[in-house]
Amino acid sequence: MSFDRRSLLKFGALGLGAATAGCDRVDASPAGMDALGFGNWLTYRTQRLLLGDSLAQEFPQSAISAHFRPNGSVDPKDPEYVALAKNNFADWRLKVDGLVDHPLSLSLADLRALPARTQITRHDCVEGWSCIGKWTGTQLSHVLDQAGVKKEARFVLFHCADSMDMMSLDSTNASDSQKSAAANGAPSTRYYETIDFNDARHPQTILAYSMNDAPLTIPYGAPLRLRVERQLGYKMPKYLMRAELIRDFRNIRGGHGGYWEDQGYDWFAGT
Amino acid sequence: MKLAKNFFRRHAAVVRLTHWINALCLVFLLMSGLNIFNARPDLYWGSKSTFSHPLLSIGSDDSGVNPKGVTKVFGHSFTTTGVLGVSGDGDERAFPAWSTIPSDYDLATARRWHFLFAWLFVLNGLLYLTFSISSGHVRRDLIPRRDELRKIGPTLVDHLRLRFPHGEEAKRYNVVQMMSYFIVGFILLPIMVLAGWSMSPGVDSLAHFLPQLFGGRQSARTIHFLIAWLLVLFTIVHLFMVLISGVWNNVRSMITGRYDLGQERAP
Repeated sequence: MSFDRRSLLKFGALGLGAATAGCDRVDASPAGMDALGFGNWLTYRTQRLLLGDSLAQEFPQSAISAHFRPNGSVDPKDPEYVALAKNNFADWRLKVDGLVDHPLSLSLADLRALPARTQITRHDCVEGWSCIGKWTGTQLSHVLDQAGVKKEARFVLFHCADSMDMMSLDSTNASDSQKSAAANGAPSTRYYETIDFNDARHPQTILAYSMNDAPLTIPYGAPLRLRVERQLGYKMPKYLMRAELIRDFRNIRGGHGGYWEDQGYDWFAGT
Repeated sequence: MKLAKNFFRRHAAVVRLTHWINALCLVFLLMSGLNIFNARPDLYWGSKSTFSHPLLSIGSDDSGVNPKGVTKVFGHSFTTTGVLGVSGDGDERAFPAWSTIPSDYDLATARRWHFLFAWLFVLNGLLYLTFSISSGHVRRDLIPRRDELRKIGPTLVDHLRLRFPHGEEAKRYNVVQMMSYFIVGFILLPIMVLAGWSMSPGVDSLAHFLPQLFGGRQSARTIHFLIAWLLVLFTIVHLFMVLISGVWNNVRSMITGRYDLGQERAP
């Protein structure tokens, strides 16, 4: 049987083109995106099964990045946040509420009075880069114990002060609708995240108020940010305002459990 | 084993099946991987990113009238407009739309494609490794005998001259084939998986040594990228060889297992 090589190559190129167009069709539909998420679901189950309470690697002082790249919001323009920052966060409180026995309202001094943990860890961004920083804070489990978590709670929902559509408010790129939404202080673009108790109770999961031996600065999430060392950066919200204990996140905002999750990123970010 | 007069069963069913699944996975992994790379089109060495000194970066230069694609390797700049940095209708992106899944820049979706096929790839690879080690396929077909190793020079020259073995000799992989397949299947692909795992903060918490094996997470990312291109290079040579040494016979033997020892086309 003879075979025309040129037509074979043409057929191959056509196939590749059709395949990529097909891929674009698959991932454009919600059902397609859900199906594609099967790989990450397997990763989630596997890591939960095998990891236990494994600790992320901690590095020596000398490994700390000279420049730690800040990402996401770096200078929130939300009026509420700007006012708190002006006063050096003296009036800031972390609310802990939802499915708890004793709702809390904690000042920075309250948090600093709790046992502290310091860790030098690698921060991995979903984009692919890594930086190493030193974080000091109190383990989230201390705060949860103080509040008394009700049995039915399954997730900790973190509410943040920063609106994501205000990130480029000063730049000419911001559209009019972005500007008006920002001016109205629309809460719908505020950063938020959820973690389960596997992470919330992990020894390295801390509410960090200090970075590289100095109080947390604004680009890195002042006055308080979360560290979840076995997941990617977007699971570690900055500018924390409130930790709410919830049973389910499917009815919250986009329903995927976080700002980036609502944009299609996986809820579990261990890879 | 002879099936008919000249037919010879060249490839076992498991080898054939895993070969095609592997090929499919590698296409998806490469193309979704290039989309993921576009999110941060720089490579670094060590545990952390040294933003001011990437080993390689693919970017664009907006200073002129039209944006220019600029690829920097170890500090040397190359203009790569049209393919790298700037492609299509002046799109500023590292790898062009035709090479990525999805075609538009979309890190979240690209990650889903990548991890889905990564699982299929790993499971398929485990099936292949288990079979090929337990059945003796590796020992028999992929590790050259001493006398074959000695013939590596002449065999390589034959390859470069595009002279291929016929008849009885074609029953067995030649030494160049053995070594290429062994290096790809037992060295490059497993390193690829380990380097991929090294990029997972979850996996790293269980195995601190894993990223250290590569010199850190960012080194692992760089090695993952380099091996991807070595695999592309292998695939190009492999496809060329398949085409030129009797394409129909080769493709049939990888689908049905039947290889005709007498029907080969002389180059």
